[in-house]
Amino acid sequence: MAVISYREAIRAALAEELTRDENVVLMGEEVANFHGAYKVSEGLLEKFGPDRIVDTPISEAGFIGMGVGASMLGVRPVMELMFWSFYSVAFDQILNNAANVRYMSGGLINCPIVIRGPANGGTNVGATHSHTPENVLANHPGVKVIVPATAADAKGLLKSAIRDNDPCFFLENTILYGEKGEVSDDPELLIPLGVADVKRQGTDLTIVTYGRCVLHSLVAADILEKEHDVSVEVIDLRTIRPLDIDTVLASVKKTHRVLIVEEQKPFASVGSQLAYMIQREAFDELDGPIHRLATIDAPAIYSPPVEVEQLPNPQRVLKAALAAVE
Amino acid sequence: MSKKAAPTAEPKASCAGLSAAAPINASLTKEEKIELHRKMVRIRRFEERSLRAYLSKKIGGFLHLYIGQEAVAVGCCTLMGKDDHVITAYRDHGHAMAVGMDTKALMAELYGKITGCSKGKGGSMHYFAPSLNYWGGHGIVGGQIPLGTGLAYALKYKKLKGAAMAFMGDGAVNQGAVHEAYNLAALWNLPVIFVIENNGYSMGTSQERSSAGPGLAKRAEAYGMNWGTCFGHDVYEVRATMDKFLTLAREKNQPSVVEIDTYRYRGHSVADPDQTYRTREEIEEYRNTKDPIQLFQKTLLAEGVLTEALIEQIDTEAKAEADLAADFAEASPFPTTDDIQKDVYWETDNPEKRTSKGRIFFD
Ligand SMILES: Cc1ncc(C[n+]2csc(CCOP(=O)(O)OP(=O)(O)O)c2C)c(N)n1
Repeated sequence: MAVISYREAIRAALAEELTRDENVVLMGEEVANFHGAYKVSEGLLEKFGPDRIVDTPISEAGFIGMGVGASMLGVRPVMELMFWSFYSVAFDQILNNAANVRYMSGGLINCPIVIRGPANGGTNVGATHSHTPENVLANHPGVKVIVPATAADAKGLLKSAIRDNDPCFFLENTILYGEKGEVSDDPELLIPLGVADVKRQGTDLTIVTYGRCVLHSLVAADILEKEHDVSVEVIDLRTIRPLDIDTVLASVKKTHRVLIVEEQKPFASVGSQLAYMIQREAFDELDGPIHRLATIDAPAIYSPPVEVEQLPNPQRVLKAALAAVE
Repeated sequence: MSKKAAPTAEPKASCAGLSAAAPINASLTKEEKIELHRKMVRIRRFEERSLRAYLSKKIGGFLHLYIGQEAVAVGCCTLMGKDDHVITAYRDHGHAMAVGMDTKALMAELYGKITGCSKGKGGSMHYFAPSLNYWGGHGIVGGQIPLGTGLAYALKYKKLKGAAMAFMGDGAVNQGAVHEAYNLAALWNLPVIFVIENNGYSMGTSQERSSAGPGLAKRAEAYGMNWGTCFGHDVYEVRATMDKFLTLAREKNQPSVVEIDTYRYRGHSVADPDQTYRTREEIEEYRNTKDPIQLFQKTLLAEGVLTEALIEQIDTEAKAEADLAADFAEASPFPTTDDIQKDVYWETDNPEKRTSKGRIFFD
């Protein structure tokens, strides 16, 4: 166990998997010589060489599609999008090809590709660089969508994703790259996809969340406990698809109240689906309506102090939680 | 009303007139020559049979017929060694048959039956046979071209032999993804040949109304790639031309763009047969003077390889094969609603090896 950053944890996962399987390659814009726009791949070119750590031209449709084609023939590419926001440029390749090829071939073709990179807002880079595509991606059967909140989860989940035989989309939160945590250095320590993590036990309210909002929720939960005598359970979904709804339902049966927190626009979001499933499968357990906190419904604002308010933050979570237990 | 434009650029690698003498053709045995002819006839008869099924509403969705273009798929795919790979667009029946897919499974796929090559999940536009190195029919115009580049990348990365042929229509050349793929292939010296089947039209838009510049293949020059054009109604010429570029790809990892002049007699699709964008005379002219099957038949008769009786026999057999395929499709069951959620994830298809937990499907 060592205390390392989320960025270093991702790098460690990449290095371990590149070492384990020579079919694994890392490709993307600036991943080699420049070490990635967020320095995730620092040292990898030196260690694995230019055949395995590959700089691509700025052509998302071309290189993501090329990765999909290569995966069909047995390469296991990890493709970095410099920002997940640029997924729109490669949308055809991601959804029409990666997500569909197994189905349309009647199961004859596998597509073991990982597409990863920084996602989400909060870095004051405006509407074109702050997308949260998890609901759009997870809407497509055939793919897996992974959103780690901690360094340990980032490492264990990425390793699972690289070994997975289905297309996996790994959404790293830009702001979390510097967050540190204890991470195992056992190269066989995998975190299975589709297992939520109860990041904090509680009895009065369940907060269901994922990604950076896990951190906001934990801060708010401490304040709720100390200042309002409310005991909060925080569930980190970790993966959106597969979805560990069972852990959520078990918690609802304990607390009877739910707040969903997500860094998503509210319309047709991951939270909308969760709310539907909770009311359907645990309606009798609920002591009040399901509450939800999401990003304020507009493109990402640049203005730094206002962007903080547009996104979920600990204060907004606190307020929403108080409303949910009222 | 526009007339189909001939390829405008001067071919850099033309085989006109030399095609029969080209070593790749001169070395063909009599049986192999007959097989080329038979393949083209089988494709045509299969498609005619599928058209009838479509008109009697046995087949849903789109049906993009390849009739008139047979020499391209047959010419190219019969050059495939065991290490070579193919990917194409939605007008894929010809390529699928040329690589050797079974007509029963192909017809059943059109009927949406579980016995289809994609278990009724792909349909006309989405035939696949990875065991024959055939990576599919793809429904998004140009979207398969980066995938074909990826196949070539995988060959090179895994130090495997062979080359990939990525087919597209003349309308696809204007898609951004195609240019991105060209750039990647040329930049990284990938063993891929981008094959443009120029049948003159993308749906109702003629090539001259859609593509700027002096020729579709000539765009390769901007990327420093090899390129060539050829007369795609002559299966010998297709083979002679493609053989050169395949050799460059296989032996030197050099990518190329090849524009093959061809023509389709039918509408863009059966659902969309309207032919107001071209004249009946134009179609008739191609049919009467450049039909790939007729031309090759003539050549082989002159070579003494085919006889009228053999032509007749091959045709009868091809029709019977198509009928048999239709009978098979007809008699096969549809998938059930339980099949809908199979073949979505490797993982749910291999439950004993499942590594993830959680719910995967939703309702
Ligand atoms: C991205 C995309 N845009 C539009 C279509 C609809 N469409 C299907 S085929 C076609 C024409 C393509 O023509 P071409 O590439 O010349 O191929 P051909 O049909 O002649 O074989 C169009 C516009 C599509 N399938 N995909």
